[in-house]
Amino acid sequence: MLDKLTSSMDLHTQALVLRSERQRVIAGNIANADTPGYAARESHFADALRAASGGSEGTFATGGLAAGAASGAGHARHIALGRAGGALAGAGSEPGYAVQTQPRLDGNSVDLDRERAAFADNAVRYEATLRFINGQGKTLLSAITGQ
Amino acid sequence: MSMFSVFGISGSAVSAQSQRLNVVASNLANADAVAGPDGQPYKARQVVFQTTPVGAEGGAGVRVDAVTESQTPGRKVHEPAHPMADAQGYVTHSNVNAVEEMVNMISASRAYQNNIEVMNTAKNLLLKTLQLGN
Repeated sequence: MLDKLTSSMDLHTQALVLRSERQRVIAGNIANADTPGYAARESHFADALRAASGGSEGTFATGGLAAGAASGAGHARHIALGRAGGALAGAGSEPGYAVQTQPRLDGNSVDLDRERAAFADNAVRYEATLRFINGQGKTLLSAITGQ
Repeated sequence: MSMFSVFGISGSAVSAQSQRLNVVASNLANADAVAGPDGQPYKARQVVFQTTPVGAEGGAGVRVDAVTESQTPGRKVHEPAHPMADAQGYVTHSNVNAVEEMVNMISASRAYQNNIEVMNTAKNLLLKTLQLGN
């Protein structure tokens, strides 16, 4: 009974964890923008969410995946590395490596412009997910309270 | 909450970049130095960055691996009246290239600002997460 009440929030909860994971990966890239030989990492949100929510789980999952795929500027350039599906908590969705657009002589593959854009984009999407959870929580609360 | 390690990652980058700024400041301050206490002219210093794991989840932070000294020959100026002049009347100045140092300084300062921005955003997101359900 209770899990039926909150099951609509599950996808957003998983998305929130994945967004914070992605934020961490991008922060690592920005921190290493000047480190020689550093290979930029990139987490693939749609794949990670698919792995986390256990394949296509009805309308919520597919809706979320469509949104994730639409956000994917540059996803076609990803190298499919370390994308083993699995549990949500960190271990499953290992980030892959970004393909560089302008190679540098020091072997660093961070594209700072792209990372800044991805960071801002991810921050907005994180907030959006927060609002979804908040809104659903309020809806449930008002249903419980009764007017 | 994995986003807390953003502060560790960006914090390590900020501290590495500030060390780079310190080295630049030391190079620029000694740009016209002729000889140190050991009789040798000042040699330009450079930091070497290296990726270091931060936190249990393996975030990619930065640390300063080493501070190296540039081995390019110092600038020689013909000044026979100078007390540090050699037998031919040449004074050896430091090998600091002021233009390179200025470029280095701008790059370090921009990288510093970038990482502060990242920490600010992460802080705002975490604060909003704390207010969840209000």
